[in-house]
Amino acid sequence: MRIRGLLLICVIAAAMIRPVLSQGTSMSLPTAVEAGKAFSIPLTGSGKATLYIIGLGQVLKQDVQLGQIKSFPAGSLYNAGRYLAVLAGDFSTQSGEFDILPVNRPADLSFSARPSRLPVGLHDGITGAVYVFDAYQNLITTPTHISFELSSPAGTTQKRTMESRDGSAWTSMDSTGQQGVDKFVARVGEISSNRIVRQVPGDPCGLKMIAHLSGQKLLLVTDPVLDCNGNAVSDGTIVSFTESFAGGQSTVDVPLKHGVAEVELANHNGATISVASGIVLGNQIHWKN
Amino acid sequence: MKSGHLLAVLLAAATIAFVLIGTVWPAPSAAAYAGAKSMMASSSTAEAAVGILGDEIRGQAWEKAYSSLANKAQFTEPEFVHDLTGYYPSLLTYSTLGSFEVRPLHASTNDADVQLTLHWATVVGSSSNTRNLHVIKNGDHWEVEWPIVKASTLAPQVIPVTYLRWDVVYRGPGDDWGAQDVEAPHVRIVDMHPVERADGVVILGELLNEDVVPAYVSVTATLLSKSQSPIATEGSFDRISHLLLPKQVTPFLIRFPNVALSDVGSIRMTPLSELIAASADPVIAIDNEQLHPAPGASLTGQLNNQGGQIVNVAHVLGTFYDKTGNVVWVADQYVNQALLPRTPIPFDIHIPEDLARSISSQRTVIATYSFEGSQ
Repeated sequence: MRIRGLLLICVIAAAMIRPVLSQGTSMSLPTAVEAGKAFSIPLTGSGKATLYIIGLGQVLKQDVQLGQIKSFPAGSLYNAGRYLAVLAGDFSTQSGEFDILPVNRPADLSFSARPSRLPVGLHDGITGAVYVFDAYQNLITTPTHISFELSSPAGTTQKRTMESRDGSAWTSMDSTGQQGVDKFVARVGEISSNRIVRQVPGDPCGLKMIAHLSGQKLLLVTDPVLDCNGNAVSDGTIVSFTESFAGGQSTVDVPLKHGVAEVELANHNGATISVASGIVLGNQIHWKN
Repeated sequence: MKSGHLLAVLLAAATIAFVLIGTVWPAPSAAAYAGAKSMMASSSTAEAAVGILGDEIRGQAWEKAYSSLANKAQFTEPEFVHDLTGYYPSLLTYSTLGSFEVRPLHASTNDADVQLTLHWATVVGSSSNTRNLHVIKNGDHWEVEWPIVKASTLAPQVIPVTYLRWDVVYRGPGDDWGAQDVEAPHVRIVDMHPVERADGVVILGELLNEDVVPAYVSVTATLLSKSQSPIATEGSFDRISHLLLPKQVTPFLIRFPNVALSDVGSIRMTPLSELIAASADPVIAIDNEQLHPAPGASLTGQLNNQGGQIVNVAHVLGTFYDKTGNVVWVADQYVNQALLPRTPIPFDIHIPEDLARSISSQRTVIATYSFEGSQ
């Protein structure tokens, strides 16, 4: 009987003591921590518990001793975002939230330049968008000074500077009048990213051909085909020759080679010969033998 | 249960009986397809002789067909076969004769003229060609004189060709998501309008590659009702030249069967363009194009391959305009002969009779395919 009574007293005492311990357990979470930096969480109470830290793409699970400071070394948490901390003891659970912030020092740029190829002389034809990241690929959302520079082989340069907003910035530039490969650079501090923008000739301008006899045939040759800015139109561009004569017509689509298009057609006295490229019409020749 | 078993037994017995009847006494057409013998009993008439020849060609019984000819001494059996199926790989090389028609033109006691129209089943649809055959009486039967068209011979030679070629290098898997890729070619629909035909709505138009690189193109159209709900979506399929070189224009035609134009509120056009590796040759000249008025309205001409590469399949697309320059029709034809360098090959595109009167001009483009590499 005496032993039974002692056991009953012990059980009642333990039941009374445990709530007291759980009421004394807590953790002091930081409001925000920079990504990749060391941090610590002071824990109160006594006994052992498990600390879970759950965030975007990262979960930590640590066995902790209550009443001590739990330290996390540098690099423990590096994905920016809101994290949930849960301290799970034997009889109670505590939770709280804190933020991991991007490192406010740009380490990488993602630079999207469009288009990669466009005709010369287009106003606001080129757009560039930049996203600024820290060393852990977190988007830096605090305003950052960004510069854009578009330089052509002829030496002309267009520059724009601005502050990023919510981690990004964008600009637009004009394509110049000269064909060639332009260099488009976005820069933040020492970090830069390059893109290539190819400026190509526009539609042919003042398309002109001449005709002369070549044996029994009629040889048609264009002048060097240029766009309205004086750039040589790309080789491979199709030039259509049409010869209309009494009762018929002949047509040939010829690609430009070395800047000119040439073709031999049958010699029809009185034929009307026209030349076109795309939607651009050239001159007409009324052929007389 | 009993009646079910009885029915099954009856069906099985009937099937076996019909198989036996079909094997022992086959229908003439089935026997002809199987190559056993012609649908025509004998060559006792000129038409029957041509019919037998047609059956033998359909059954690819080349030896029989050749040996039945009256003028076989003038050419060899391989020449006869090549005359029918092409000397160089072409559409006909991979086709079979689906059907044929025999039409008497003229007949006397000892000879006759008969027209044989061969309808070949090719990978792009039916392709027909017509031969006028002279048939002569030899004893108690008739024999066909085959009008052999010998291959145009191309002298062995080296033709130097300087041509442009475009190749495409796309971004690699290691590039980050912000890195730029090669830009898709810029294309533009420069003309489009719907036409109501007896079998539905047809959308006609032209597409321009306004870029400096070649483009693989196609066009899709969606008809929207007056309440802007979609009625149907169709693509141009092969009624377009899919490869467009810089500044090249192709016509396109999209059919919407069983749709009335009065039900259409608007049309949404979606041109697709993709970069494609291509070369700028061969150049195909279209010579002596002629518009023939109704009846039998057509566009005829000759294709002349000015390059050095044999073109195995040529697809001719004709765009027809009215006096104000609007597209009134798009028609096409696959040429069933290979285009040899500098060798003219005729084409003949049929034009609907009711539209022929309103056509005042035309433009023709050629899409070519070579088995060594498509164009």
